[in-house]
Amino acid sequence: MSESALWLLVLLPAVVGGGLALSRLERAAAAVSLATAFTTAALSVVVALERPRVSVPFMAGSDLALGVDALSALVAPTVAVVTLLVLVFSAGEIRESQARFHGLMLLFASAALLTATAETLPALLFAWEVMGATSFALIGFWWRDDHRVSAGITAFVTTRTADVGLYVAAGAALAGGAGLALGDLPVSSEGWRHVVAAGVLVAALGKAAQLPFSFWLSRAMEGPSPVSALLHSAAMVAMGGYLLLRTEPLLASTGWAAPAAAWVGALTALLLGAVAVAQQDLKQLLAASTSAQLGFVVMGAGLASVSGGAAHLVAHASTKALLFLAAGAWLTALGTKQLSGLRGVARRWRLVGWAATAGALSLAGVAPLALWATKDAVLAAALAESPWLYAIGLAAAALSAAYAGKILVILWRQLPEREHAEVEAHLDKEEPGTRHVGMLEQAPLVALALGAVVLGVLALPPFGDTIARALGEEPLHPTPLEMAASVVIALGVLALVWWRPVPEPGWALSWLGLERATQALVVRPTLALAEALARFDDRVLDRGVAGSAAAALGLARRAATFDDRVLDGAVEATSRASLWAAAGAARNDDRWFDGAVEGLAAQLRRLGRLARRPQTGQLHHYYIQAVAVLAIGVLLLVTVR
Amino acid sequence: MLSLIVFLPLAAALALLALPRLGAAAARWTWVAVAAADLALVVAAWLRYETPTAGRLAFEEQAEWIPGVNSSYHLGVDGLSLPLIAMTAVIFLACAIFALRETDRPRLQAALFLFLQSVSMGLFVAADLILFFVFFDLSIVGMYFVIAGWGHGNAARSAMKFFLYTFLGSLALLVGFIGLYIAADPHTFDMVELAEQTPLAGSSLAGGLVLAAILIGLAVKTPTVPFHTWLPPAHTDAPAIGSAVLAGVLLKMGTYGFVRIAMPMLPEAWRDWAWVIIVVGIVSVVYGALVALAQTNFKRMVAYTSVNHMGYIVLAVGAAGLVADDTAQARSVAVTGAVTQMVSHGLITGALFLLAGVLQDRAATYDMDSYGGLAGPAPRLAAFFAVGAFASLGLPGLSGFIAEFQIFTGSIAAAPVTAIALVGILLTAALFLRALQRIFTGETRGRSVGFTDLRAAEVWSVGPLLVLSLLIGVFPRPLLAVIEPAAEVVVELVGR
Repeated sequence: MSESALWLLVLLPAVVGGGLALSRLERAAAAVSLATAFTTAALSVVVALERPRVSVPFMAGSDLALGVDALSALVAPTVAVVTLLVLVFSAGEIRESQARFHGLMLLFASAALLTATAETLPALLFAWEVMGATSFALIGFWWRDDHRVSAGITAFVTTRTADVGLYVAAGAALAGGAGLALGDLPVSSEGWRHVVAAGVLVAALGKAAQLPFSFWLSRAMEGPSPVSALLHSAAMVAMGGYLLLRTEPLLASTGWAAPAAAWVGALTALLLGAVAVAQQDLKQLLAASTSAQLGFVVMGAGLASVSGGAAHLVAHASTKALLFLAAGAWLTALGTKQLSGLRGVARRWRLVGWAATAGALSLAGVAPLALWATKDAVLAAALAESPWLYAIGLAAAALSAAYAGKILVILWRQLPEREHAEVEAHLDKEEPGTRHVGMLEQAPLVALALGAVVLGVLALPPFGDTIARALGEEPLHPTPLEMAASVVIALGVLALVWWRPVPEPGWALSWLGLERATQALVVRPTLALAEALARFDDRVLDRGVAGSAAAALGLARRAATFDDRVLDGAVEATSRASLWAAAGAARNDDRWFDGAVEGLAAQLRRLGRLARRPQTGQLHHYYIQAVAVLAIGVLLLVTVR
Repeated sequence: MLSLIVFLPLAAALALLALPRLGAAAARWTWVAVAAADLALVVAAWLRYETPTAGRLAFEEQAEWIPGVNSSYHLGVDGLSLPLIAMTAVIFLACAIFALRETDRPRLQAALFLFLQSVSMGLFVAADLILFFVFFDLSIVGMYFVIAGWGHGNAARSAMKFFLYTFLGSLALLVGFIGLYIAADPHTFDMVELAEQTPLAGSSLAGGLVLAAILIGLAVKTPTVPFHTWLPPAHTDAPAIGSAVLAGVLLKMGTYGFVRIAMPMLPEAWRDWAWVIIVVGIVSVVYGALVALAQTNFKRMVAYTSVNHMGYIVLAVGAAGLVADDTAQARSVAVTGAVTQMVSHGLITGALFLLAGVLQDRAATYDMDSYGGLAGPAPRLAAFFAVGAFASLGLPGLSGFIAEFQIFTGSIAAAPVTAIALVGILLTAALFLRALQRIFTGETRGRSVGFTDLRAAEVWSVGPLLVLSLLIGVFPRPLLAVIEPAAEVVVELVGR
């Protein structure tokens, strides 16, 4: 029973989503999709409680194995529930091509759920790349706009570049002899284990939009807001962090991969925090913040605090989905996501405003909200490892408070009368606004805001301890001093931001220039190389072939000439010579040979006449001749001896 | 059984030729019916197929043919060839359905394609080198007439280039075959016996030369860099169904030769030259993908991705030659991936070339920049194209991933340097998505305006290819269960 629930959890959204995406069921799409998402969410709760494991033979001697353990029991329901809430929002928000939108979202959700429950590398990679492909299709959902499609391509190709790590990891795992099951990777043979860990690490960092891959997330903001609310909060990006949590034993077993993850996470939290502070576009701010917050999850994985990382992942999913949806609701209503166009917006739609406020306060790390507790759990592990790491983490936390404060200032600060026109100039700049936020858009915000407030319990005793033990860890609590320090920092920074505008340095505004660097260092050289090779192919290789064909023709022509002039000439000459020789021979024949023959015959006739002389017919002549011959014979015998 | 599968299309072709008064529609539907019947026969064979013992073949048929040189009419299938004849039957049926709208000499075209189908089927089931060679050369002749007779653009020249290039390649192959024959004791052209004998074991010079001759012959047909330059013009000027058969079926004759002839019969030489083969594979993968990236003509682009995809196969079979005790499983995974790739590439590239034919049919150009926003007027074409593109770039859930994952996993485990070839999957991802963007997204402009979406015959010919790719991608076991034992045998034979 629970086994089929697990299969259904993955297959139901996949089949319904695939069907919807290819169908034209515009009217029924939202209803079908919501029913499916609701069932999926229910199934996710069932499997989280029952913890089934299933598998079928797949390939490369490995199974397609799915299972639910303590970690995936947290993550899978998060993905399924956020999917449901985001789809409810989308039912109100997305008005065109609903079938395609809901279909792709369900396909994506299926892939994310498979990622969260995969137990072997082939199963993981399978889901991992389908997430990437559906994210391409969702970011480029409005395909009439070329720049959105380009953003989707950037997202897919960048994350796929990192995915190559998983292909390498699979090869290394096969060579390592321990098989392709995720749980067996730490017992691969010594050398190969490092390769596996490196591959997994790179793939996860790419998906989680960590440094240096972060830039794709900035471009991904071209997509519809519900897409960001699911993909860039609870699922795709979060799955990058999740993979590292899942493979924490492998990272730890290498000795270097875990610290590397911790440091990359910390640096991303710090630098992308600064990037977020500098943004002037709400979705860009939230995207940079996602990279930064995922940095804490990655840190948790690197510091063997799987419980802290997982709690932060779940709490962040709820918080960030909320904020992305709020940003989407305002974008639809007002036609802008520029911060300067959203000033005072919380006063206009109170429910949306308060929900977003709860999210921003959680993001800032204000106690007792969700991200305060979960982030501190990770920071406690950092302090145990290295004071430097802890210091970077605290600085990153301060930056979280700064960018969250920036949002709060925009949302709530009273707008002076004289600046009204300035704000209104931004309206409808990006799309025509509806000036309306419907019920379907508001309801999910409430549920997500609740999560942003209470999910801190995942990292606090007693619930947090239970989770930690279920994950096989000793519960690690930050000291009251550490918790107080983080609250003081958060509140202090918020006050500071309310009081003074934050700096917006250009390097941070442009996301550290990472995309430009990638364009200059990778994309353009590759395209130039491609062009050069294409020319080489046409001009050298192909012409080489044509050239050899031409050379063969030329050779043939010369051979023909040779044939005509030399060979044939020789034959002709030979025959001429033979004729000439024959004529000469004929003359010689007449003159010499024939004469000689005639002469010989005459001599022979003379000899014959001579030889006839002794034959007289008289007996005494014959006796004399016989004696003479005998005498000569005796003489010959005597002299020769 | 096999003889029937091979010669049923030929018989139909002769019948079509013998009935010059047959109407066009009757000719077209006869072709579809015969192709469907042949596919049904192959399916029946697949259902009855049981993995033969190592080194033997299933459904064997043998009859005396040229006893003077110990060459016989010998047919049989195993896990290497059965998936390929199934794929061949599917491609030819798809072409028959696609050609239901053909108006240019449909009777002759049907006869020619049926002839080609017989030849292709015959090649994959041949168990005698002379028989193999005859089918190999006849396929070249048949394709020459397809391109020259039904092509467009500079068809005559492209066809001649194709013919001369691949024909010269086949002569190298023949030299290699004769080398095997002479070295065998007793002299024979029988593939099963030659694989048992491994005639040139122990003489590395002669073995290397014979392998070189065979490799050059196969490399031209596959094609690998640098013998690939006949491919782009042949594809660009060939009719859609000609391209589908050329890429889907004829290219596989080259790669099939690697696993069927070169590896089992010359294991020692194969091991000695494994690194050369791997390097050719890697170069083909990276070079093919890069050159494809620079193309603006859609059909040329797909043609170059074929060089890239065939490169994966060459890479994998090369890696299988790096024999070491602890990599037997990895090498077998690589060879399984290579054979899967042959099937997968046939289906996917066949589909893409048929879709390219739709572009040519409606707007008479393959130039991608002449289109734009085509998803508006032609949503079905866009959906099919997107699935084909993702399949070709190796997206999981479609057959390309099953093939490439195994190729990479197995090859990297046997020879870590082959990870370089992973660049190929990034480049193909970039180039297919760029193509998708250029042709289908943005404002509807240029030749896209007034474009008619896929018609029924096109849907029913391309659709099944993509569905099969999806099925293999999601449920690979039925296919892999056939291939895996054969791949293990090949790996074992190379290890002798």
